[in-house]
Amino acid sequence: MRTPLFVLIWLVIGGVLFAVSVALGNDYVFFAGYVVLQYVVLGTAWNILGGYCGYVNFGSAAFFALGAYSTVAIYKFYPLPIPLLLPISAVVSGVVGFGMGYLTLRLRGAFFAIATLALAVVLETLVVNWDYVGGSRGAYIIRPEEIEPIGNYIRYLFLIMLLLAIGAITVARLIERSRLGYGFATIRDDELAAEASGVPTLRLKLIATTISGALMGMAGAPFPYYIGYLQPSSTFGLDYAVNSIAMPLIGGTTSWVGPLIGALLLGSMQQIATVTISSAVNLLIVGCVLVAFVIVAPNGIIGLFHTYLQRKPDDFVGRRRLDADLPGSVP
Amino acid sequence: MSELLQIDNLGKRFGGFVALENITLSVRAGERLGLIGPNGSGKSTLVNCICGTLRHEQGSVRFDGRTLDGLIAHQRTHLGLARSFQLPRPFVSLSLIDNIRIPLLYTVAARGTHRAAREVEDRCSDLLREVGLQAKAHHLPRDLTQVEMRKLELARAMAAEPKLLIADESMAGLTHSEIQDILTLLVRLNERGVTIILIEHIMRAVMSFSQRLVVLVSGRKIADGQPDEVVRNPEVEKAYLG
Repeated sequence: MRTPLFVLIWLVIGGVLFAVSVALGNDYVFFAGYVVLQYVVLGTAWNILGGYCGYVNFGSAAFFALGAYSTVAIYKFYPLPIPLLLPISAVVSGVVGFGMGYLTLRLRGAFFAIATLALAVVLETLVVNWDYVGGSRGAYIIRPEEIEPIGNYIRYLFLIMLLLAIGAITVARLIERSRLGYGFATIRDDELAAEASGVPTLRLKLIATTISGALMGMAGAPFPYYIGYLQPSSTFGLDYAVNSIAMPLIGGTTSWVGPLIGALLLGSMQQIATVTISSAVNLLIVGCVLVAFVIVAPNGIIGLFHTYLQRKPDDFVGRRRLDADLPGSVP
Repeated sequence: MSELLQIDNLGKRFGGFVALENITLSVRAGERLGLIGPNGSGKSTLVNCICGTLRHEQGSVRFDGRTLDGLIAHQRTHLGLARSFQLPRPFVSLSLIDNIRIPLLYTVAARGTHRAAREVEDRCSDLLREVGLQAKAHHLPRDLTQVEMRKLELARAMAAEPKLLIADESMAGLTHSEIQDILTLLVRLNERGVTIILIEHIMRAVMSFSQRLVVLVSGRKIADGQPDEVVRNPEVEKAYLG
């Protein structure tokens, strides 16, 4: 399928989704849907570095928060419309992603993961001590009630996140089918052999950290408007880091479909649990589902799909690959 | 013939251990060179220093009129150096044809040779056919036998269209006829103008393949010359037989 057609189909699906949500007449659908879509973006972004290249990033929350705090910093100076905030957040998080990559990509496996976790702590400390964006007190952003011609502001935020999610999966799919995608796969498999085959591994890894970081930053940019009150400890919270890892792992890490399925499934479960039980069980759900998947479907839902239908890896998403030797998979 | 590879006074240490000491070696374009030596004599270290996997501290490596010192491994590959690994290192999540595709996408394309997707596809199939793996083009490397794995390793190195191919023990553990398969492949490649350095323990293969033989012992070059003369060299005999 050509990319324009792919985008068009998703825009139609998105349009239908939006229309159905409007027809339901309950704004809570938008509040819940926004969070699920935000996780689609975060999971997809994480997967570009974690799934395609095999570098596990525990610092997703840091990039997300960078996007959110870019918005706060700009809001304090002069409130810009969200479509303008998105590219700014993308640049800020992308640059930090590039810097993090340059400093840490010599590390592999658990060491890289620890370094990214450290980045989150460092950035949080920085924000806590930066008075301009509210410091440890947090920052208030006044969300406008309405916006023309969409109506309620939450619908507008939902729409933005919907477009962002479509954008993220399009980018992921483009990478997967390009020369870049092949290069990423060689990095995941064997960096020494990749270099010997002429793949400039460091450059590709930097591209991956930059794209991944930029997308996470964009996911965070509208967040202050959504939440109204932004606080460092929750914005840099473990939820974002854990969810952005768990969702691709549950869906399957080798294609853009995985993070999408994972985020829709896990994100919806969490939203339902928040309403019916309590938001405190969210991480418990992630934990239980993750354990279940490691045992039953170590290669995620896509892997399960492959083994069940074909009993061999196939061309389901255009590439012949198996999820062996990936983080979270059991040989 | 002109010198393709020139190693001058190369030295490499791992801490206090001297892995290579004052290695001077030159290889002419189109030559078939055999490199032998007991285990731990520094053969693979030498390959790693030539290919940029390891950095040497002393001396220099020149290739095709350029100094390689300081270049990263993939840059050397782009210049026309290719290697196969002692233990095959295929890209395990990619099918065989995609394994071959990588050097075409990243090395051949980097030299400015532009190929359409269709041509790349055909070239991959041709290479797989040449090593007799076309039937398994869409399989994953884990479906391969040991000899097939070595052939894939060679095919991937060949895909980079190198001027110099270093085959690091690509026959270890293979049967008599399998060794013959690999040798035929290497000779055919050499006839097309590719210079080859063969690192091997199997003397029969080395003797039939090499035009010149170099012996490394404990990180030093102790012999360099006609294969039959080199094996009669008393120093070489001593190193091998004690």
